[in-house]
Amino acid sequence: MIQVEHLCKTYRVTRRDGGLLQAVKALGRREIHEVKALDDVSFSIADGEIVGYIGPNGAGKSSTIKILSGILTPDSGVCLVNGRVPWKERKRHVAEIGVVFGQRTQLWWDVPVIDSFDLLKEIYRIEPVRYRRNVEELTELLDLSELLRTPTRLLSLGQRMRCEIAASLLHDPKVLFLDEPTIGLDAVSKLAVRSFIRERNAAHGTTVLLTTHDMQDIEALAGRILLIGHGKILMDGSFDDVRAVNPESRSLDELAASLYQRYGV
Amino acid sequence: MKAYLSFFRMRLVNGLQYRTAALAGVITQFFWGFMEIQLYRAFYADHAAAFPMQFSHLVSYIWLRQAFLALLNTWTYENELFDMILNGNVAYELCRPASLYGMWFSRTAALRLSRAALRFWPILLVAALLPEPFRMHLAATPLTFVWFILSMALTVCVTVAFTLIVYFSCFYTVSSDGIRAILMPVTDFLCGGLIPLPFMPEGLARALQYSPFGAMLNAPLRIYSGDIAGRAMAETMLLQVFWLGVLCAIGYWMQKRGMKRLCIQGG
Repeated sequence: MIQVEHLCKTYRVTRRDGGLLQAVKALGRREIHEVKALDDVSFSIADGEIVGYIGPNGAGKSSTIKILSGILTPDSGVCLVNGRVPWKERKRHVAEIGVVFGQRTQLWWDVPVIDSFDLLKEIYRIEPVRYRRNVEELTELLDLSELLRTPTRLLSLGQRMRCEIAASLLHDPKVLFLDEPTIGLDAVSKLAVRSFIRERNAAHGTTVLLTTHDMQDIEALAGRILLIGHGKILMDGSFDDVRAVNPESRSLDELAASLYQRYGV
Repeated sequence: MKAYLSFFRMRLVNGLQYRTAALAGVITQFFWGFMEIQLYRAFYADHAAAFPMQFSHLVSYIWLRQAFLALLNTWTYENELFDMILNGNVAYELCRPASLYGMWFSRTAALRLSRAALRFWPILLVAALLPEPFRMHLAATPLTFVWFILSMALTVCVTVAFTLIVYFSCFYTVSSDGIRAILMPVTDFLCGGLIPLPFMPEGLARALQYSPFGAMLNAPLRIYSGDIAGRAMAETMLLQVFWLGVLCAIGYWMQKRGMKRLCIQGG
């Protein structure tokens, strides 16, 4: 169960015009702007839901995920994940969640993937029996048998992403946050990742919050869609509600564009 | 605790892969040490009594420093950690049910240990076989050797705690290059990495003795040969414990405070 109420987060951004003169001026006084990444965001997600979290670049998606995973402290607002405030009880909170940041890596670069997994086993204190079972299950579902013995640096992006996803599920998290898990992947890898997320949700009842720019991910996975723009939640509905915005659109990207236009983001 | 030990083991295994770097390190460190002893010998030949350390003590000091350079120096950093802070991969570190301080401490200590493990023994072996006056001698007494090991362990912890402060300074500045460029020669000098503390002007030497820098490689290297013994040794080791506590507290506080104001951008 994830509850978010009136969450606000502001970033301070320095700005200046280009050029040497302006650069010198900025040494003395900087123009500081406040950018509201999250402006009174509220929603709640029930156990076992798959929620697609969409919005244009810079809308506040990643900020929300980072707050929910305990990395970022918001300025104000309430947020409870399984009854805990993420940034206050960080250690106990993160033991029950799994996170994948599509643009980052958690695997050790120069050693075989299985070594990274073994380290995670110790960090999350996973019992040996459960660990072995989980590795076997994930290996089968994500087709990792060849990859586990390969050093991370030799994996392709698609192979690495499958390993990254497996790595965040070794400790049976109840909640899984996926921040752009399909970014940069080819069609086959995307399909593999999608079907895996669906199966995982069905078999384990894992709650999934997924951010993506790929509307196919959303169509294939999300039973519910949250649209965020300029730090505010603009829409909370199903894929059919999104479709209804522009039934004539010929592609999913066109549909997303009309959706963003409709809400002025 | 087991989690941090696994971190330690992981880094250790990872570090043991780099054999060519180790060989190059052994050769450089050996010749550096040899030339340094030559240099001191020239000075000592003139008027040995004018110097504050016995020549054989000095020789042991130099060989030990060269052999354990990777373990004891103030400027071995885990570069990946700086990168993590700058490129945001630190996000994953914060998603672990473990303390960032503990993970990074064990990781940095293991890096040092893995480098030293490949380098120290060839240097000590050759140094023990050299003719006088270049030969490396055994520790003053067997008990001294035990104290030496203990003090060396403390030095590694003090030095790692210091390194962690440098990592966490990266939470506050955009780039750590400047800080590191200044720190490397300054701290190396202050801790006795260039010339042993007794060779410095008396006031400075005394001040450094009581500073965190005196609690680094200065302590074990002088305990080994008996240059520091008895009451002075007890005092030095207590200072090591004291500074270890202080540096850990500062680093931990910087990390706590830094995490509150941390922004991981992009995405």
